[in-house]
Amino acid sequence: MTSPLAGWTDELARARLHFVTGKGGTGKTTLAASLGLALARGGRRVLLIEVEGRQGFAQLFDTEPLPYAEQRMASAPGGGELRALHIDVEAALLEYFEMFYNLGFAGRTLRRMGAIEFATTLAPGLRDVLLTGKIKECVGRTESDGRHTYDAVVVDAPPTGRVVKFLDVTKALTDLARTGPIRAQAEGVVRLLHSGETVVHLVTLLEEMPVRETVEAVAELDGADLRPGAVLVNRVRPPRLPARSVSAAADGRVDASRVRSGLASAGLELPDATLDGLVEETVEHAIRVAAEQRSRERLAEADLPTLEVPELTDGVDVAALYDIADALVEQGVR
Amino acid sequence: MSLDIDALLDDPETKIVVCCGSGGVGKTTTAAALALRAAERGRQTVVLTIDPARRLAQALGLRELGNHPRQVKIDGFDPKGELWAMMLDMRRTFDDMVRAHAGPERAEQLLANPFYQTISTSFSGTQEYMAMEKLGQLAASGDWDLIIVDTPPSRSALDFLDAPTRLSSALDGRMIRLLTGPAKAGGWGLRKVVSTGFSIFAKAVSTIIGGQLLADASAFMQAFDSMFGGFRERARKTAELLSSKGTAFLVVAAPEPDALREASYFVERLAGESMPLSGLIANRTHPVLADLSATAALSAAETVADSAPLATAVLRLHADRVAQASREKRLLARFTKAHPDVPIVEVPALPSDVHDMAGLRDIGDRLAKSS
Repeated sequence: MTSPLAGWTDELARARLHFVTGKGGTGKTTLAASLGLALARGGRRVLLIEVEGRQGFAQLFDTEPLPYAEQRMASAPGGGELRALHIDVEAALLEYFEMFYNLGFAGRTLRRMGAIEFATTLAPGLRDVLLTGKIKECVGRTESDGRHTYDAVVVDAPPTGRVVKFLDVTKALTDLARTGPIRAQAEGVVRLLHSGETVVHLVTLLEEMPVRETVEAVAELDGADLRPGAVLVNRVRPPRLPARSVSAAADGRVDASRVRSGLASAGLELPDATLDGLVEETVEHAIRVAAEQRSRERLAEADLPTLEVPELTDGVDVAALYDIADALVEQGVR
Repeated sequence: MSLDIDALLDDPETKIVVCCGSGGVGKTTTAAALALRAAERGRQTVVLTIDPARRLAQALGLRELGNHPRQVKIDGFDPKGELWAMMLDMRRTFDDMVRAHAGPERAEQLLANPFYQTISTSFSGTQEYMAMEKLGQLAASGDWDLIIVDTPPSRSALDFLDAPTRLSSALDGRMIRLLTGPAKAGGWGLRKVVSTGFSIFAKAVSTIIGGQLLADASAFMQAFDSMFGGFRERARKTAELLSSKGTAFLVVAAPEPDALREASYFVERLAGESMPLSGLIANRTHPVLADLSATAALSAAETVADSAPLATAVLRLHADRVAQASREKRLLARFTKAHPDVPIVEVPALPSDVHDMAGLRDIGDRLAKSS
């Protein structure tokens, strides 16, 4: 591994609000859920939040679509508990109005008419302010004994291309009124998001485009004074070839006669076509491993703690989420 | 059932091919490879790409491209037909449309309105709408006999079909009139029921999003209103074009659960709207190249692990590949069970990213099973 920092740092262990972003298709929802399970170890209570209306957590945990309420999803070893919340922007806006104005039946009718969607279309910043406002409320909520309701909150955030815009509430606010209740609330959100309590993790694959987006997102986060957390490298496959053979094999140089004699000593006498097929598979494997190595080197430029999650050939189910959580805990997540 | 790409591309009745699917499945590369193949087989082809990776764009000579198709001219590339390519610039497409529909003076007003800036750059359906608009323009020009369209990278394949409606309803003047002056909106049965709630709501909205923004939006809507009929009419025409006989939809999916789930939704949706689906491209599969079972490979690897490291590595990576291939087969079989009438073609993954004509041609061969 070329990354200078491995594993979960003390700084990350102190954070309570974890955003998980990544290029679409890299598995950020899966890793957000697994990170939630990992953080819930040892009797802690963790809330997963999703903001994009995808019901990804319901699919992962194989439950009914989540309502706008915090629902218990799973237990973690040591008495931990994982809950999930699917924030519905319209419901959040109505909830917000209810705090200040009594809309009642009219509010529901407006919703059916699409008036609320319209308002959030007029001011795209409004949507993000509402979502981050709700997230802040969950992070700051306390029980009667004064302890935080949640030890950690993990958000399945928008993809890398949009995440900074999403988190940069200060900017969104310039769209909005300079005074008023939302402004006061939003200022609290800005403080939380820029504090040491908040980190933004980046999920990537060892492929060219996701790695480029990750490196760009780290620069963008730094520029907006937000904290990049860890890089979570997903679907890492085991390198099978000895490191010294990779570059030759990637150029198509595989010593077929040595493969043949090795196979023969294992009792495998294979026809030429099969041997050719094995060599071709080996070349393809080597080309991929070499490309992955270049991706690792580029990721190292981001200079962030890096955790690796192995590929699961059998697909992702609830058991797999626990396996990934185990892998994260082994690499220091606490 | 297997999907015959060459028959589709060669059929002079095929006028438009739409490549759709969820993000990250290789739609753009597939669209470019199809266009290249069609051009080399003699069609006058144009490919509309949305957001190509830098090196793919370079391969097509798309670097310095504006918002109009350019002919791809590269040394050693001498197709029987022609290949043109363009990259969608959504802002410029929207600007052009406003200029075409509003008078010059009103167009300038509209383009300068801050609310227009928001709608034309950040509203979620704009890119999809503009892709449709551009497709309509290309088709209307009659300059090409085959148009291949890549669709915007969205989390859901269905966004492409829904976005135009979403944008039209957001730009419908009704809601903004209600917000800025509910009393004038008139002629709407629901109004009585909600009028009290609505005026509170309008007040709340204007407090929260700011009076200036609402005023900008209102001015925008008034200017926009007169061209709105044309706007909506165009959206309807493009939708018609998409369901006409000359259009073929190809759904692109990686052999992974999420992408195939999206592909399933899309297939059902197309059927529901009587849109012409040609088939599924199962992109980047990993077929087994050597006839040897994983069990045999792994047990042989055990025996020679210490004496023959190269052979051991070869056997283990072969076993990985067998496992991956059988998982992909299982997922595709599940799709076929649910949609037995949808023809499928599997396109084996290239070991590295494509960024030149040779790579695109290779994918074209794989698509047509002629390698």
